[in-house]
Formats: sequence, structure tokens, C-alpha cells
Amino acid sequence: MLDSVIFYFFAGIAVISAALMITRRNAIHSAVFLITTLLATAGIFLQLRAEFLFISQIILYVGGIMVLFIFVIMLVRLDVPLPQIRSRTQKWIALLVALAVGVEAGVVLWLARKIPGQGLIFPNPAPADKLHPNTEELARSLFGSYLLPFEIASVLLLVAMVGAVVMAKKRTDA
Amino acid sequence: MLHSILAFVQAWWVELLCALLIVLVVPLIAVYIALVERKFMADVQARPDPMRVGPHGLLQQIPDALKLLFKEDLIPANADQFIFWFAPVLSMTAALTSMGAVAFGPWFQVARDINIGLLFVVGVSALSPLGIILGGWASNNHYPIIGALRSTAQLISYETTAGFALVSGFLLAGTLNVRAIVEIQRTDQAWFVFLAPVGFFIYLIASIVETNREPFDLPETKSELVAGSIAEYGGFRWLLYFLAEYANRIVVASVGTTLFLGGWLRPFPNVRWLTWLDAAPTLLLAAVGAYCVFRAGKQPAREQSLFMWAVALACFVVAAIFALAAPFDHLPFELMHDGLYGAFWFLFKVSAYIYVFMWLRFTLPRFRFDQFTRLGWHILIPLAVINVVGVSIALALSSEFGINRWVATFITTIAAIGAAMLLLHWNDKYSAAASAALLAESSVSEDTHAG
Repeated sequence: MLDSVIFYFFAGIAVISAALMITRRNAIHSAVFLITTLLATAGIFLQLRAEFLFISQIILYVGGIMVLFIFVIMLVRLDVPLPQIRSRTQKWIALLVALAVGVEAGVVLWLARKIPGQGLIFPNPAPADKLHPNTEELARSLFGSYLLPFEIASVLLLVAMVGAVVMAKKRTDA
Repeated sequence: MLHSILAFVQAWWVELLCALLIVLVVPLIAVYIALVERKFMADVQARPDPMRVGPHGLLQQIPDALKLLFKEDLIPANADQFIFWFAPVLSMTAALTSMGAVAFGPWFQVARDINIGLLFVVGVSALSPLGIILGGWASNNHYPIIGALRSTAQLISYETTAGFALVSGFLLAGTLNVRAIVEIQRTDQAWFVFLAPVGFFIYLIASIVETNREPFDLPETKSELVAGSIAEYGGFRWLLYFLAEYANRIVVASVGTTLFLGGWLRPFPNVRWLTWLDAAPTLLLAAVGAYCVFRAGKQPAREQSLFMWAVALACFVVAAIFALAAPFDHLPFELMHDGLYGAFWFLFKVSAYIYVFMWLRFTLPRFRFDQFTRLGWHILIPLAVINVVGVSIALALSSEFGINRWVATFITTIAAIGAAMLLLHWNDKYSAAASAALLAESSVSEDTHAG
């Protein structure tokens, strides 16, 4: 009972603020609602006992990336809506994409109508209070079984960062 | 419905009580930290401190807070109403929420045994600057926006530094759970500040930055930006920002205390001949009470000396509670004993940490913004990374090759200090060149202006 109340609380906040985020004219208001959406999603992670995911969502997205977004929005004055990006053709393309996504979501919902009934069997479900500590398990799989993909992703990010710094650097000569 | 609420309260009453205590008591503590700061500042600047309201000015903060409560609630006409209203609430909420996982004693903790422990405190308290940034933007004024931009740059620059400094402590602890971290410091017979002093030093600097204290108070800079990002705020909204700032200071001090200074442990908990330190809480409180009795006779008015007597009595009562609890350090009274003494030592260490903050505030001049970012990016982040690598090497050496942990960490600490010296040396050269370039540029622009 309490579990579902908590879930619908967070899910409701996430959905409502996601809708508000795309309908606000003011870019900072959109950013604030995006923050609310991310926090509510983090709450759902916490309810699923994914504690580490919860806190990394807050630290990385809310504390890091959103602060950077707001920084950029404040600097470039996005709060004046640009008329050129609201052309007529774009509306039709947006409608098309929205329809495609809607159909996709509908198909997924239709296929998933049996979950969580007897249609799908979870392999060895562990009771919620007997789960292994989340952080340790995550570290073990990241630095154990998935070490190579993890390192490749790190190198990729490093390359992207170096590239961004090189491109943004002030050119002194020529 | 009522039944399920009652069942909930019955299952969680300790946590609810702790949360209620935090919400009620932390603002009061924050207000009195501010009083201490005012007195300390007056002492440093050799001028009189607040002495009139109550004996020794002990009640000064209460009329100040009441004044703020009764001030007109002003929102600038061109401000963004919604965010202007929302931003201080966000700051305060983040600061108080992050206290939920701080262990003020062996059992005084709202969220006990959560796996991410200290990371929760750090992550949630990092949302507090978001309120400052949004408030600065919503004020729709040049100075607050500059303050907000500075706050953002500050957050981005020093969040990484603080994170890496904490990682060096987490490596030593091997866990993020707050209670486990403190217990490991007891079983290892060492506070982590002795094993990773460079990490603690970096965290100290980063925590000053995160709470916007002088010498790093660049988002506020009273002499440059009026009051920076909160210049348009007044009355109760300003009070919320103020409380959030002080609550955040308590939070960062708690994190530093938990991870590096042994949390609620008594200094040297395993040394037999230092057990007399257990009497320190009683003696300290009794000494404060005796001082109050001594000063009571010298108050100018009768009410003030009566009040002083009341304060002395309160001190003696608490000292008596400590003294009475002292023999009960075994079951079934162990919880009470450990809770009392743990809370004392924890708050004592946190107060010392905050005192160092004030001390630095009155000692050092403010950093210029470019100096400040250069300190972050050119010195502290590389140093923090080097320190993490060093601590990992020391741990690997001690676990794989059986080298004494103290020796290994000592060697890596020396290496980290050497690296810091090198970084400072290179930065000196660089900053001299940069300052010269800046000076040349500014003189050129002045010339064209004059022409």
C-alpha cells in the first residue's frame, strides 16, 4: 500500500513536471521542471533499492549537468523564444515523430499487458531486504566483469573532453 | 487510515523524533553560530561585540530574527515571481534533507544503515547552491546575476575537488555507510586525517568554497556585488538563505568530522591511560557553568544576572547528566551512555571545524576571481587526483606486500606534498605571466579610452 503510494507520488510528479518542462516558454522554468523530473525519477530509483543510481542521478544530473545548463541559459539569453525555429514544416515533422513514438509506446504497453502477472517469470527474485549492498555490487561488476567496456567508455569520454577543450581554446596565432 | 498512520509512527518513532529534532534545533544552532561569529569578529577587529540584549548579548539573535520576520515581504516588480519564491526554499530544504544521513552520535541518525551514507549527505547538500543560482537569476538585476554566475563556476570548479578529497577517505574506509566509517576508524586505531592528511586539507578548502565563506565568498562579495546573488532578498526569504548557509556549514563540518576526524569517537578511544578524557564533557560544562556564576555578579541589571544564573544552572544540570551517565557504559544502559558522549564529541569536533572556518575568514583576504579558479583547476584538482592515486598505492602496498600502513601512507603523503610544491611553483610562474598580460591589456584599453 505504502509502496504504491510512494511510487504514484514520484511518478505523478515526474510526468506532470515533464509535461510542464516542454510547455514552458521560459528556458529557466523548463530547467527547473527538468530538475523536478530528475529528482522524482531519482526517488523511484530509491524505491527500487538502487541507492547508488539514486545518488549518482542527483549528483551528476541535478548537481552537475543541470547547473551547467542553467549557466549556459543565463549566459546566452535563451529566454527570448527564437521565431526562426518555429517554422511550419517543423510542426509537421514534430507531429510525425510524436505519432511514431506514441505508436511505439502503445505497442510496448500492449505487449507488456501481462506484466506483472504470471506471464513473465523473474529469474531468482530476491526479497527486498536481502539484496546485496548496491554500491559494492555495482563496483564489483564495473571493475570486475565489465572492466574493458568501462575503460573504453572512460577513454571515449576523455577524448571527447580533450576535443572540446581544443575546439574551445582561444587561437593565439594565425 | 488512522490505524496505518499509527502503525507507521510506532515503527519509525525514533527516526521521526530525530528528524523533528534536526528541523527544530538546527536553525537555533545556526543562529547561535552566527552570534559566536559576531563576537569572534568583534574580538579580532578590537571593537565591542553585542552585549546589551540579555547578559553578554546572549539573546541578541532573537530580536534580530524577529525583525527579519516582521519586515515587509518584498518581491521586485520585474523579478521572476515563481522562482524568486522557490529558490530560498530549495536551498533550505536541501541543507536540512542532507542532514538526514549525518550521524550525530551512535544512534542519533535519521536514515540509519543506508548503503550510500555519506554520499547522500554530500550529493544532496550540493543542491543548495542551485537555490542561490536560481535566486540570483530570478532577481533580474545585474549584481545578483553576476553572483549567480560566480556561484555556478564555483560549484563546477570545486565539486570535483571535494569529491576527490572524499574519495581518498572512502578508499581508506572501504565503505560509504556513515556508522561503518566511524567504526572502522575505531578498529583501525587511526582517524583518517592522520592517514590522508592531504585529502583532509583539500576537503577543508573545498568545504569553505562550498559554503561561500571568506576568503572564497565570491558569489556574495559585499564590497564588489552589494550582496551578490541574494542582494534583492530581504526579510524572511533572506533569513531562509542565511539559515541554509549556516546549516550547510554544519553539514560540511559533519562530513569532514565523520570521514576524517573519527565522528563521534573520543580522541584515542583505544588508549587505556587516556580514559580520563571521558570526564571532559562533565568538566567542560561545569567550567562553563562556573564562569557563568562568576560573571553573574558583574551584570549591570538584576534581570541579566538572574538570566546568567539560569544559564549556569542549565550547564550544571547537563554536566550532572553526563556525570551520572558515566558509569553506565555497559548494557542495558550502553545506548544512553554512548549516545550522550558520542553526541558531545561529535558536536565538539563540528564546532572546532566551524571555528577554523571563522578563523580563516578573519585572517585571509578575499581571493580575486581568476586567482580562485586557478587555485581550483591548476592546483587543487591535480593535487586531489595525485592524492587519490597515492592513497590507493599505499593501500595496495600494505595489503599486497604487507608493508605497514602508516609507513606506506606516510611515503605517499610526502609524495603528494612534493607534488603540491611543484604545482605551486609552476603556477607562480604562470600567474606572474598572466598578471603581466592582464596589466598590459588593461593599460592599453585605458589609453584608447583616454584618446
